[in-house]
Amino acid sequence: MSHPTHDTRQYLLRLYVAGQTPKSISAFANLKNICEEHLQGRYQIEVIDLLINPTLAKDEQIFALPTLIRKLPEPVIKIIGDLSNTERVLVGLDIKVLAPEHGLKNAQP
Amino acid sequence: MQHLLKTPTGIKGLDEITDGGLPKGRPTLICGGTGCGKTLLAMEFLVRGATQFNEAGVFMSFEEKPEELSSNFASLRFDLNDLIDQKLLSIDHVKLEPSEIEITGDYDLEGLLIRLDYAIDSIGAKRVVIDTLEVLFFGLNDEDLLRSELRRLFSFLKSKGVTAIITAEQGEKTFTRFGLEEYVADCVIFLSHSVSHQIATRRIRIVKYRGSAHGTSEYPFLIDEQGFSVIPISELTLDHPASNERISTGILRLDTMLGNKGYFRGSSVLVTGTSGTGKSSLAAHFVNASCARGERCIYFAFEESQNQIIRNMHSIGINLNQWVEQGLLKFQNTRSTLYGLEMHLVVMYKLIDEFKPSSVILDPISNLVETASKPEVKYMLSRLIDHLKTQEITALCIDLTSSKEEKEGTDINISSLMDTWLLLQIMQGSGERNRGLYILKSRGMAHSNQVREFILMDDGIQLRDVYIGSGGVLTGSDRDNQQAKDKAEYLESKQEIERKQREIERKKAMIEVQIASLQNQFEAEKEDLLRLINKEKLRNELLLQDQLDMSKLRQADPTPKSSNSSEGSYQ
Repeated sequence: MSHPTHDTRQYLLRLYVAGQTPKSISAFANLKNICEEHLQGRYQIEVIDLLINPTLAKDEQIFALPTLIRKLPEPVIKIIGDLSNTERVLVGLDIKVLAPEHGLKNAQP
Repeated sequence: MQHLLKTPTGIKGLDEITDGGLPKGRPTLICGGTGCGKTLLAMEFLVRGATQFNEAGVFMSFEEKPEELSSNFASLRFDLNDLIDQKLLSIDHVKLEPSEIEITGDYDLEGLLIRLDYAIDSIGAKRVVIDTLEVLFFGLNDEDLLRSELRRLFSFLKSKGVTAIITAEQGEKTFTRFGLEEYVADCVIFLSHSVSHQIATRRIRIVKYRGSAHGTSEYPFLIDEQGFSVIPISELTLDHPASNERISTGILRLDTMLGNKGYFRGSSVLVTGTSGTGKSSLAAHFVNASCARGERCIYFAFEESQNQIIRNMHSIGINLNQWVEQGLLKFQNTRSTLYGLEMHLVVMYKLIDEFKPSSVILDPISNLVETASKPEVKYMLSRLIDHLKTQEITALCIDLTSSKEEKEGTDINISSLMDTWLLLQIMQGSGERNRGLYILKSRGMAHSNQVREFILMDDGIQLRDVYIGSGGVLTGSDRDNQQAKDKAEYLESKQEIERKQREIERKKAMIEVQIASLQNQFEAEKEDLLRLINKEKLRNELLLQDQLDMSKLRQADPTPKSSNSSEGSYQ
């Protein structure tokens, strides 16, 4: 609740997937929607296919797919799944929402 | 049907009880409680694979970090970093912090498979370890998903053709807490770590091995600075070789008692006796003789330290230290209570396999009872003796009998396992305790039935005959006394005889003197008589002549001379 209204931080998000699976496609779509709604203009999404860059899986400590890593702002945060549960994604990525009904949830992490 | 291919683990004993190793190209589950050695077994599988079979391996760790693994295994002389540099090992630590995991929708564990796949392909691994999968259950908390993903993981491993070890924590009533055994149908190995009599024993058991013969017993195993060793305790077999070769007991007269040659090579010898009867000294003689022949010997001592034994044997003139220095004699001094019976067995087997002795001493086996029940000790000893016999190693077991009542028995009832049984006993009397030795049995050879007195001298054991005579069986100073007395008696009677003989001589001489004087007397009388006779004859002749002269003068008729002349000729 320290930044009640304006979050101006830039988000760098990396989505790790393994090929074009239904889960990876829906994860990307879900992420895109959330970002458009809550982080318009201050986010960047990189999709990394581990089938092409398998070494990154070890380097980034990835075991479940899809995995989303928030590289920025610090600290680095990792969340798992196809991002279909928007509420959990917002909590997980620590995205301040403007709508008042989400205000209580924000205090939790 | 195709023969089941196996991947040897290279771990001492494990390949024997699995009849060749783990199922090749398939996962094996290793389960057990905390601290039972799962991780060690798994890692050793990879290290031995790399060093002995030139097969690279991947270690996927959910618990320990590579640095932790390296330092843990450095104490076991496994240089993991070196193997990693040689591309024979790859360690991948999967960090799973349940508190940091936020699930936002459907997912799978493809990431793990990608990591494994990459790690396997990058070094051409043939062996894989996953240690331990349970962490996933704690971290992800979605059993249904995990179960389907695990199935996928196992089929992935099979498709990669790697021989894998999956470790899992023991469950309360199941082998693994999350029932992983249902996915791994080929081979399940269970490790346990039990404590009885306050002594811990590690055991390994092959719960299941599809399509393969395997030992079903619980086998004790040991973790020491050389890693894991399982001792394949063979079932009791009676097909060991029987040598005809005889070896000296180290005591000449004892050899004589044992058919003039000593023990059979590869036989088991039991020496029983109460405390202080000289059992260890007897053993030391045997050790000394063995080493002098250039043979190796291990002395398992459960009571005394190496230095103590060497010092004590020095006092009877046996220098064991020289054999230790020459590498022929090895002492293994352990308190019998240090670890469980099976661990003792494991340690012994291991040492025997390494040192390859021709003979071993167990001093005393009775101490082992402290750690277990008598039937267990008997079972253990029979396995040990069995093992020694198959390798033609002569075993000399010392048994301290506690009570005097049961002299012809052992506290552990192992006499039936023994080929030769020497009994040392105290013979008490006249305020003395003397040691006696006799052979209770000795299979396959003629042996003395005599009790011998057994004396510890500066230069070793001496066997002496016991006194068997008018005074009964005597030993020690009694025997010496009796012998002195006998000797005195003998001397006395000998002198008596000599005295009598001298008397005879004297009498004979005396009589001879008498005879001589009588002879002289006789000669003298004879001479006198002869002289008289001659005188008479002369007189008669003169008389006759006178008569002839007279008759001539008187011119008488000639008269017959016969009556007169015959008188004279008779003298």
